[in-house]
Amino acid sequence: MAEPNMYRYDEFDAQFVAERTAQFRTQVERRLKGELNEDQFKPLRLMNGLYLQLHAYMLRVAVPYGTLSSAQMRKLAHIARVYDKGYGHFTTRQNIQYNWPALVDVPDILEELASVEMHAIQTSGNCIRNVTADHFAGAALDEIEDPRPLAEVIRQWSSLHPEFVFLPRKFKIAVSGAPNDRAALAYHDMAIEIVKNDQGRVGYKVLVGGGMGRTPYIAQVLGDFVEKEDILAFLEAAMRIYNQQGRRDNMYKARIKILTNALGIEEMRRLTGIEFAEIKKAGTLQLPKEELDRITAYFAAPAFETLEDAMPSGDAAFEAWKKTNVHKHRQPGYAIATISLKPIGGVPGDASADQMDAVAAIMDRYSLGEIRVSHEQNLVLPHVRQKDLPAIHAALAGFDLATPNAGLITDIIACPGLDYCDLANARSIPIAQDIAKTFADLDRQHDIGELKIKISGCINACGHHHAGHIGILGVDKKGVEFYQLLLGGSGAEDASIGQIMGPGFTEHEIAGAVERVVNLYLAKREKGERFLDTYRRMGMEPFKNVAYGEELYAVHQG
Amino acid sequence: MPFIKDKALAADSFTAVADDAALADGPVLVSLARFQKDRETLLARNTAIGVRLKSDESPELLGEDVNRLSLVALEFPKFRDGRAFSWARMLRTRLGFTGEIRAVGDFLYDQLAYQHRTGFDAWELPENLTLDDFNRALAEMTNVYQPSADGKKTIRELRAGL
Repeated sequence: MAEPNMYRYDEFDAQFVAERTAQFRTQVERRLKGELNEDQFKPLRLMNGLYLQLHAYMLRVAVPYGTLSSAQMRKLAHIARVYDKGYGHFTTRQNIQYNWPALVDVPDILEELASVEMHAIQTSGNCIRNVTADHFAGAALDEIEDPRPLAEVIRQWSSLHPEFVFLPRKFKIAVSGAPNDRAALAYHDMAIEIVKNDQGRVGYKVLVGGGMGRTPYIAQVLGDFVEKEDILAFLEAAMRIYNQQGRRDNMYKARIKILTNALGIEEMRRLTGIEFAEIKKAGTLQLPKEELDRITAYFAAPAFETLEDAMPSGDAAFEAWKKTNVHKHRQPGYAIATISLKPIGGVPGDASADQMDAVAAIMDRYSLGEIRVSHEQNLVLPHVRQKDLPAIHAALAGFDLATPNAGLITDIIACPGLDYCDLANARSIPIAQDIAKTFADLDRQHDIGELKIKISGCINACGHHHAGHIGILGVDKKGVEFYQLLLGGSGAEDASIGQIMGPGFTEHEIAGAVERVVNLYLAKREKGERFLDTYRRMGMEPFKNVAYGEELYAVHQG
Repeated sequence: MPFIKDKALAADSFTAVADDAALADGPVLVSLARFQKDRETLLARNTAIGVRLKSDESPELLGEDVNRLSLVALEFPKFRDGRAFSWARMLRTRLGFTGEIRAVGDFLYDQLAYQHRTGFDAWELPENLTLDDFNRALAEMTNVYQPSADGKKTIRELRAGL
């Protein structure tokens, strides 16, 4: 079994997770004995990723910055098989969730996880959540620095932070080390972009106040260039302002995006600056270079072979997969390969225990034992030899994991929706399935090119509909599910919030409306334009005119 | 209710005085509003003063007076309201307050360790909790990742052999 270069627990980390697991076991016991009522148990279980959903408990397991070893993947498969119904669901926050665990089993699941250096700490609740990062970290061509060492530093700092475990609302942090934003930084409560200043020194640009939900905002710059050793002090300063001043009277106005916009970014910068100066002066949160170096060493580049770039060719299926699911690696002769968890007609992000085991074997054989979970709900083999790509493709195909659609219109992000979720107003998964079937023809998908569809079953926007080139939002109108169409969103470095087109569509109409919108793009696009570019050039009106169609238009007008 | 001070059961020497009641003899615990209204009288009495802050009242509202107080009681109106963790931290670090910081109101067993870390040193414990519970709560996690007001060595420092 290959041992990837990733963070490994030392005795302190191991003890911390073991004690946290034991602590949660007693919390579950107290709940089962009735010493804690559900209201009291709720924040405790949420801090450990345990939700009470429509049908059962749901356990969300942290995959810090989306990096997994093959041993961890095998453990996730084992848990799916033994404690769940044989599958798991990879999420838009690079985590995995299990939809059917029994409460009494959860402490045992956590012990299983701890045995492979995993946990469910702070995957939910009003605290700092699992830190996410670019899924191409350490492999991307455009990277200034690998974002994962900093993400690990933040993971440790935020773990059971005594001041910030009962925040006004949840708090999501993302890190990217490249100018091309693959981590949706602009939509996070706080985000860190690794940048180089005029003197060539590497530091951190810190963003604050992005978010989706019912009030979407693009994050603004809180710190243009924060020195490496100051980053925790800076983050703690901003968190303290939020903990003190964030609204607690209305959960829909409790995120830091609302505070940032109420105070104004200038005031937010001023307050953070005062607090930051004080923390920095105290010195206890300064990050010593030795500690950052120590953690960075875990993520050292693997011992790559000296190879020439030589992309192999194969049959039509392989070529189609290569075109969309294989990305350039910074090391000659290597590639990054995306495993799509979006088979046509499947559930976005779901993987069976057998598929997870198959992936673990492929990781060991071809990807130095390592994989990433992407926020687009796919898996990414970060370091594969180009010459192995045909064999990888064949191995994946045997487990229905070779869908050649990464970045295409059928690579849809969708939340679990009303099929599973307590909060949802409408189903998401069947809509994703309908749309995928509508565009199942591969030539057509390739002709359409990059087009990100994102679907949420309610205004909380777990399916990131605001950031979709085409976004779909499920709403409930007098007991009937309706779907609003949004156009023009982006979660990348050109971040923008999608605009709502107009009245919603029924579940039977929405796929057709998407098809008419896409057809207009195909007819009107100029050379090299993605759907998003054409929309930005032409605006909403022409798309709206076709989306409703004559018949629908009459109905909605009536 | 059980009262804990410096990790032991203790007698509360302060008398809580309602805003409209006459000041009792000896140490008193009053609201911020009462303190601001009767500030001169209270400071002239030459007995220990405690002020009880609601969760939306920053200790900075006490201004320079904070270090003339013996006790600041921080209220948890609901256990979900975590502002007092930051207020305690602020009292201990920014304001250099060395008196008693007392947790009052609605909080859970599972928050005791966080309170202790952020600078609380006295508790009006919920009725169902005992001193044993309190000690167990503080011992559940041996080490910590981040510095706080308790001055506890962090895992980073332990790693560095400090």
